[in-house]
Amino acid sequence: MAGKKGTIIIDRELCKGCYLCIEACPNSLIGIFDELNQLGYYPAYYREENNKDRECTGCATCALVCPDVAIEVYRE
Amino acid sequence: MSEKVLMRGTQVIGEAAIRAGCRFYAGYPITPQNELTECMARSMDATPGGTFVQAESEIAAINMVIGAAMAGARAMTSSSSPGISLKQEGISFLAAQELPAVIVNTMRGGPGLGNIAPSQGDYFQATRGGGHGDYRTIVIAPNSGQEIADMTRTAFEYADKYRNPVLILADGMMGQMMEPVIFPEPIDISSLPPKTWSLRGAAGRPSKVILSLLLNPAKQEELNWKLDRKYKIIAREIPKAEKYMTDDAHLAVIAYGTAARIAKGAVRRVREMGLKVGLFRPITLWPYPSRELHELSRHMRNFLVFEMNMGQMVEDVKLSLEGRSDVHFYGRPGGTISTPDEIAKIINTLYHRQNLEKDS
Amino acid sequence: MQKVFQRPKYLKQAVFHYCPGCGHSIIHRLIAEVIEELGIGEKTIGVPPAGCAVLAYDYIDVDMGEAPHGRGAAVATGLKRVLPDHIVFSYQGDGDIAAIGTAETIHAANRGESISVFFINNACYGMTGGQMAPTTLLGQESTTTPGGRNEKRDAAPLDLSEILAIARGSVYIERTAVNSPRNIRKTKRAITKSFKTQMAGLGFSLVEILSPCPVNWKMTPVEATKWIDDTMVKTYPLKVIKDTVGKIDG
Ligand SMILES: Cc1ncc(C[n+]2csc(CCOP(=O)(O)OP(=O)(O)O)c2C)c(N)n1
Ligand code: SF4
Ligand code: SF4
Ligand code: SF4
Ligand SMILES: [Mg+2]
Repeated sequence: MAGKKGTIIIDRELCKGCYLCIEACPNSLIGIFDELNQLGYYPAYYREENNKDRECTGCATCALVCPDVAIEVYRE
Repeated sequence: MSEKVLMRGTQVIGEAAIRAGCRFYAGYPITPQNELTECMARSMDATPGGTFVQAESEIAAINMVIGAAMAGARAMTSSSSPGISLKQEGISFLAAQELPAVIVNTMRGGPGLGNIAPSQGDYFQATRGGGHGDYRTIVIAPNSGQEIADMTRTAFEYADKYRNPVLILADGMMGQMMEPVIFPEPIDISSLPPKTWSLRGAAGRPSKVILSLLLNPAKQEELNWKLDRKYKIIAREIPKAEKYMTDDAHLAVIAYGTAARIAKGAVRRVREMGLKVGLFRPITLWPYPSRELHELSRHMRNFLVFEMNMGQMVEDVKLSLEGRSDVHFYGRPGGTISTPDEIAKIINTLYHRQNLEKDS
Repeated sequence: MQKVFQRPKYLKQAVFHYCPGCGHSIIHRLIAEVIEELGIGEKTIGVPPAGCAVLAYDYIDVDMGEAPHGRGAAVATGLKRVLPDHIVFSYQGDGDIAAIGTAETIHAANRGESISVFFINNACYGMTGGQMAPTTLLGQESTTTPGGRNEKRDAAPLDLSEILAIARGSVYIERTAVNSPRNIRKTKRAITKSFKTQMAGLGFSLVEILSPCPVNWKMTPVEATKWIDDTMVKTYPLKVIKDTVGKIDG
């Protein structure tokens, strides 16, 4: 798949595990980690193992909806 | 400019405020102080950089003053008793946020809606804080046109110096009274020291906040200690009182504001009758001039407190004298005004009852 | 790769104290983004409320002066009148603005004070534990409306923005939400327009923002965003309520 390619970085220590980014990502690229962070939440994480038809486009939708500014987005 | 002019008390406050650099006024109509609000409307209009807002309530007015004070302006609001009740939350915020502001209370009879006659029923409210929390308001009680002119200037200076609300306590009589006044020269606002704590936008410096919420109990305690240290300094530096014929007196009448004018007339009358009576007139009500009063009690054992209420300042007198003297009280509640003759009679009776003529 | 989304300049490096999924922090971020984009960070003064956003000054990195509960518009009036070239905004919850502070808000709007007001409608008193707000929907449960808000007992919701639109001095009032990517983008445009309205000195503007309070709504954050779409907008339709400003540049 050509076109724009992107990636995100989730700051686990800012995340409150609200699932809003998970719900928002059109490519289902975000999951929930199974260890608590220091705030006491199960934080979101970026699924690096995304396959061909599930690539991050860097659309920043996840970051847009994140109430805790835990996500940074990079794009080519 | 420093010539004598004949003016009503309310207008004297307005003119003196402008000359003291007041550039923001917000108020809500209430008798007997409407002339002040009206005077501020005209004066601010005529003063470059001056703002007058007729607020929708006393609550709005005091909160506008909070905003103006945050921005660094010399700001004032005025009202009468019920309106001052509404301002109390804001005054508490001013104290906690350490913001300077001047508030004028032209007291009227109360409680409730009361009447518009002169009264001193708000002494407790004024001197005990009035609003919630552990704070103090500086309270000034002038009793002549000239003193209003001078002390209004002082009120703004104290407010800025101590970063604290200052209350000018007057009544309808003070407000209506026409007296010749010489105003102090207007100040040049640009010569005032910069208010480095004010909010002017975070240009070339980190952003800052003015707040009073201290969720951390240690921080709350820290603020209260800090305020307390400041109040102690104020209590040391500014208490002020007038002593009139007290040197040889066996008895002093203690009264402030309008009551003190009546009392002075009474003292003159009883002096003519040969009674050795003087007058002690607190000019600052908080801090109370306790030390000055205590001094008097070295050679005087009898005090008559006269108030236009049923006994409020008398508590401060007793606290100041710490049981060393006999404190008598005469009061008439708001709505009626005692005459000098009436007070002279009270003094006369007390003087003889206490056998004071024997003392000389 | 280029960073295309990051913490805006005027949002401090701090962990928000808000509950997971709370709309307040999204709105803080949007305000910070707009302040940066408009280049007004050095001359903006914010007035935070009593409410969950009482600590807004811990996050938004501009000068801030705290108002007593409900009095944001009056405090902002004082600030703006003394500093007419500065940008002054108040940030107020629905209880703050539409109950205790109704009078101050209506009169600031009617005077046409050149301030921006951000009105965060989460249909409850968040900070004090989920009591009924003037904005609570009919039938909505709150700790003081057992069995749901009942019109006879508790009155119907108050449409403050519509009331403010009647005031002559208001020039721009829009209701938006922060429950979806699309609505968040719209909210940012509305905040931008409000600040630009003020920069042009046109008068009073206000953005009412429907904002999730998952904790007091007893929902998950995702359910809360859906509830805004499915239920809340029926009482509070998202729309431009008043606009005499039109297109605005600068
Ligand atoms: C004079 C006064 N009354 C009551 C309160 C308590 N109080 C603090 S915030 C609040 C309501 C908060 O609700 P809202 O404005 O909707 O803000 P939210 O927390 O929902 O964002 C109340 C009643 C107060 N601080 N001051
Ligand atoms: S940037 Fe877009 S595609 Fe990439 S993770 Fe976020 S929402 Fe998904
Ligand atoms: S939206 Fe933000 S806070 Fe919520 S789960 Fe995703 S990264 Fe975490
Ligand atoms: S109670 Fe509601 S409004 Fe307050 S922080 Fe939590 S989610 Fe946000
Ligand atoms: Mg609310």
